[in-house]
Amino acid sequence: MTILNGCSFDVARAAITTVIGPNGAGKSTTFKAIFGLLPLRAGCVMLDGQDVTGLTPLQLIARGLCYIPQGRNIFPELSVRENIELGGVALGRAAAMRARVDEALDRFPVLRQKAHAQASTLSGGQQKLLEISRGLIGRPRLMLIDEPSIGLSPLLVQEVFATLQDLREDGMSVLMVEQNARSALEMSDRAIVLEGGRTRLVGTARDILADPRVARLFLGAEIELDDTR
Amino acid sequence: MAHSSGRSLAASLLLIALASVLPMVLQPYGIYLLSLWAVYTIAAIGLNLTLGFAGQMSLAHAAFVGIGAYCTALLGAHGVPFPATLLAATLLAYGVGWCVGYPALRVQGHYLAFVTLAFTTLVFLVLRNEAWLTGGIAGISNIARPRLFATPTAYLRLCLAALLAVSLAVWWLLRSPWGRAFIALRENPIRAMSLGVDVRRYTLLAFAIGAALGGIAGAFYAPLVQYIEPSPFALGFSINLLMMVVIGGAGYFLGPFLGALIAVLLPEWLRFLHDVYLAFYALAVILLLLVCPTGLLGLSERLLAQRGGRPAERADA
Repeated sequence: MTILNGCSFDVARAAITTVIGPNGAGKSTTFKAIFGLLPLRAGCVMLDGQDVTGLTPLQLIARGLCYIPQGRNIFPELSVRENIELGGVALGRAAAMRARVDEALDRFPVLRQKAHAQASTLSGGQQKLLEISRGLIGRPRLMLIDEPSIGLSPLLVQEVFATLQDLREDGMSVLMVEQNARSALEMSDRAIVLEGGRTRLVGTARDILADPRVARLFLGAEIELDDTR
Repeated sequence: MAHSSGRSLAASLLLIALASVLPMVLQPYGIYLLSLWAVYTIAAIGLNLTLGFAGQMSLAHAAFVGIGAYCTALLGAHGVPFPATLLAATLLAYGVGWCVGYPALRVQGHYLAFVTLAFTTLVFLVLRNEAWLTGGIAGISNIARPRLFATPTAYLRLCLAALLAVSLAVWWLLRSPWGRAFIALRENPIRAMSLGVDVRRYTLLAFAIGAALGGIAGAFYAPLVQYIEPSPFALGFSINLLMMVVIGGAGYFLGPFLGALIAVLLPEWLRFLHDVYLAFYALAVILLLLVCPTGLLGLSERLLAQRGGRPAERADA
């Protein structure tokens, strides 16, 4: 089955790009296709001018990509530290893995405090931070993050978004899918609107947020947008 | 729960050190049992890697031990020195184990148990029926021990040295990114994939490395008993190895050491029961698993946690 057809966009360096679109638009599929988890029938994925189409996740991680899927992706039975270590399986060297785990723990003191606790004891927001920290082990230049806000309270969503903004300041690019369109666009630099497997609109986040067609694309979005204006 | 902390390594080294000084106070039969424990532990460490750490159900490990034992016995009979036969047994088991891993790419859990069970039966039938190669039911006798380690005590020390080397290697492996990848595979293959774990390669590796350790155990088993025939490598031994891993605590580094100890010693302690010993052996195993379904080490961890202390195994992850 062809899911994406006519889906094409660029991701800016050291910026947050958010993909929005109705359910079934192919947002998650796009991510899986980029990350080599789904085969592409046609088209290509370019990273820094190099064709990376059809590479395995392992090869893509080595080239500076990381992917944080939707929902809960931690290993609940393992400790926090062990979870982060799993981000280093692609590194191949134990010493490098441990050093980077310490770096990640330094970035997130809340995880450092709970390093030896079972990951299932973390709150939802902490679990998301754990996934992000695990992704950082490979020192990614581009992070694909699929719906980080799902299942989190608004306060925690802000915390996760703030973390992504910090990472952008450090020079990392973020490509994010969000249902929570308005608050995601407010903190993004660029935005892409996907519908029916096609890119409909591409532009700065501010323009997309203001575009009346975006409101029309999302059923009910108009009310939400009007409400808060 | 990686359970491969420095403490479990220290405990296993202590056990090996203890076993190496015990011959001074033991009868020859005790020395034989201790050597058997070392050999069983190596095989169980292999199964623990495949099953306990990588989560791949396997009833094929008796066959890997058999392959290692026959390889050693046959090559040894042609005058090949022990180090070479050991290497050959390890590589052969590794290669066969890699192939046995392929079904695991398609089936999991109980179904994988059936496939690997069939493999063990297959190997058993080959060992029994292909008499031109294996000696059939008559087996192979007069298997020589390496000249420097011909006495029971010296051979025991050799087995313990092998166990020591295997323990250190596996401990290192488990703490390396490879070991973490095995654990990710056990916990959740899909999530492992998104972390860059090549699920296919690691599934095959889990079988191949586990099998290679089975082959090593076999290579040390044949010169220990000095006579091999097919029946010790039948399905019953696979289940015995599975029991060692489960009773010790699957996924605990120290588990196979304890599991093998029980598998070797319990039948000896129950010897006074004569004919009905197997029934009591079974009862003891059932009771043990009812009390501690996660194995002896799972039980000790639970008790430690209840006393408010942090689980010992995780003290330095």
